[in-house]
Amino acid sequence: MSIEAIQNEIIDEFSILGDDKESTIFYIMEIGNGLPEMPESDKTDQNIIKGCQSKVWLTAIEKDGKVHFQADSNTDITKGLISLLIRVLSKRTPEEIIQAELSFIDKIGMGSIIGSQRSNGLAAMIKQMKMYALAYQAKLNA
Amino acid sequence: MSLNIQEIRALFPVLHQEVNGKPLVYFDNAATTQKPISVIDALSAYYKNDNSNIHRGAHTLADRATRYYENTRKLLQQFLNAREEAEIIFTKGTTEGINLVASTFGRKYINEGDEIIISTLEHHSNIVPWQMLCEEKGAVLKIIPINEAGDLDMQAFKDLVSPKTKLVSIIHVSNALGTINPVEEIIELSHQVGAKVLLDGAQSTSHLEVDVQALDCDFLVFSAHKLYGPTGLGVLYGKRVVLEEMPPYQGGGEMIKEVTFTKTTYNELPFKFEAGTPNIGDVIAFGKALEFINQLGKKQIKAHEDELLAYASDSLSQIKGFIPVGTAREKISVISFNINGMHPFDVGMMLDANGIAVRTGHHCTQPLMQRFGIEGTVRASFSVYNTKSEIDKLVASVSKIAKLKNK
Ligand SMILES: Cc1ncc(COP(=O)(O)O)c(C=O)c1O
Repeated sequence: MSIEAIQNEIIDEFSILGDDKESTIFYIMEIGNGLPEMPESDKTDQNIIKGCQSKVWLTAIEKDGKVHFQADSNTDITKGLISLLIRVLSKRTPEEIIQAELSFIDKIGMGSIIGSQRSNGLAAMIKQMKMYALAYQAKLNA
Repeated sequence: MSLNIQEIRALFPVLHQEVNGKPLVYFDNAATTQKPISVIDALSAYYKNDNSNIHRGAHTLADRATRYYENTRKLLQQFLNAREEAEIIFTKGTTEGINLVASTFGRKYINEGDEIIISTLEHHSNIVPWQMLCEEKGAVLKIIPINEAGDLDMQAFKDLVSPKTKLVSIIHVSNALGTINPVEEIIELSHQVGAKVLLDGAQSTSHLEVDVQALDCDFLVFSAHKLYGPTGLGVLYGKRVVLEEMPPYQGGGEMIKEVTFTKTTYNELPFKFEAGTPNIGDVIAFGKALEFINQLGKKQIKAHEDELLAYASDSLSQIKGFIPVGTAREKISVISFNINGMHPFDVGMMLDANGIAVRTGHHCTQPLMQRFGIEGTVRASFSVYNTKSEIDKLVASVSKIAKLKNK
């Protein structure tokens, strides 16, 4: 599925929840609970994303020209957010990731759901994922 | 006579709104209290009618503004039972008060090998200025430990305090746990070895009767915004004998008697420590906050808050997965807790979705959180305008959230 199609899927899922903030947050947490466990050995200071209030660890590997992300957090809501990003951006080529415009975040009104602190954290996660993509792009083109 | 809480609530415009479609329940009072309409109106009236620079102008407006400004100082002198108004110095807040004492008293009297005592309960603003001073002077910072309940280990304090101790700077009431510290005893023991005592009264002055003469503390600092007053304004009380001997803090206008290029003489107390044009409007508005407290009476306020605390503690402790943090013998109306299996940030966000405002995180007390081996807590703190039915909402929300991980 294209990045666009997955984003639309997420927008649809959230639209079912309507304006109720509590159920939206419960839903984000539920998604977070489904995030595959990250090995403890990867939860290093080096893998921590700076700029997040909660702890978020992110790793990336390249397989057959595609970047695979894995991430974890010490808070369930942040886990939910990062699993949405992984759903959209993981297992894609570096070019796709670099060019991706994550319009779903604004369209589901994420800013007002999670507040400004966590929105900054979310922006930091996206930035870090794009940085990995840039690094792998350089490596693949070398 | 007990207070009419609905009448009190009517004085606070901010309380009457919806947040996320639910009526606001404001339980973040330890961070800052809301402001009664009299404070808000006084601020606006000052800028509408009286704005002018104080202590200098020979005109009517300046005279009026000066009188209003000095009236707040008078109210504060009475509020704290200080000997005289000159012992009341306006600052930007608790943080600036502590930094002022560190850079004046600290620089002058604390030398290599001297000791400063603080405790595990301190707010960062009563840790970092002393660390900076100790680094500069080669002095030593000593820490009074606490027990599991969040009470100071007073035996440890008795072992720490010695003729080397120059200053004991201690939180009167813990912002993170609510613990009321036995400051009378601390002050007495400190004075026996010749040490001065600074009380961080940021959390005590709004809940307890604080009489600086009865306590005999040398310094007391607090912030207006936690006492129904404006933000960015605070008070330093100091004993005249101590303040007189201290060098000034900042240099500039207001704090001088006479300036020549060869020598400057300093103004007398309290102006010696109030360099520059002060926060006139907020000081005047703060006077209204003090009047508000005086009208209700601290005893009545405390009685109401104690009732809320007992009610909330009882109901919350029934919830499966509820973990209280800090169960000191004597507490103000603060409940810090965690929910088994959940991060405090997530709990806070879910409460916010229900219109309930609490603080989550380390509360600027990271060493205290480290002592308990936790990253942070959820903190609900009650004020005079809170009600039992608001606590019922908190309890219902916390129950629902706790069930997610504690079936
Ligand atoms: C115990 C204590 N000390 C110091 C402070 C700092 O106060 P301010 O930020 O107003 O200077 C606070 C406020 O959070 C506090 O609760």
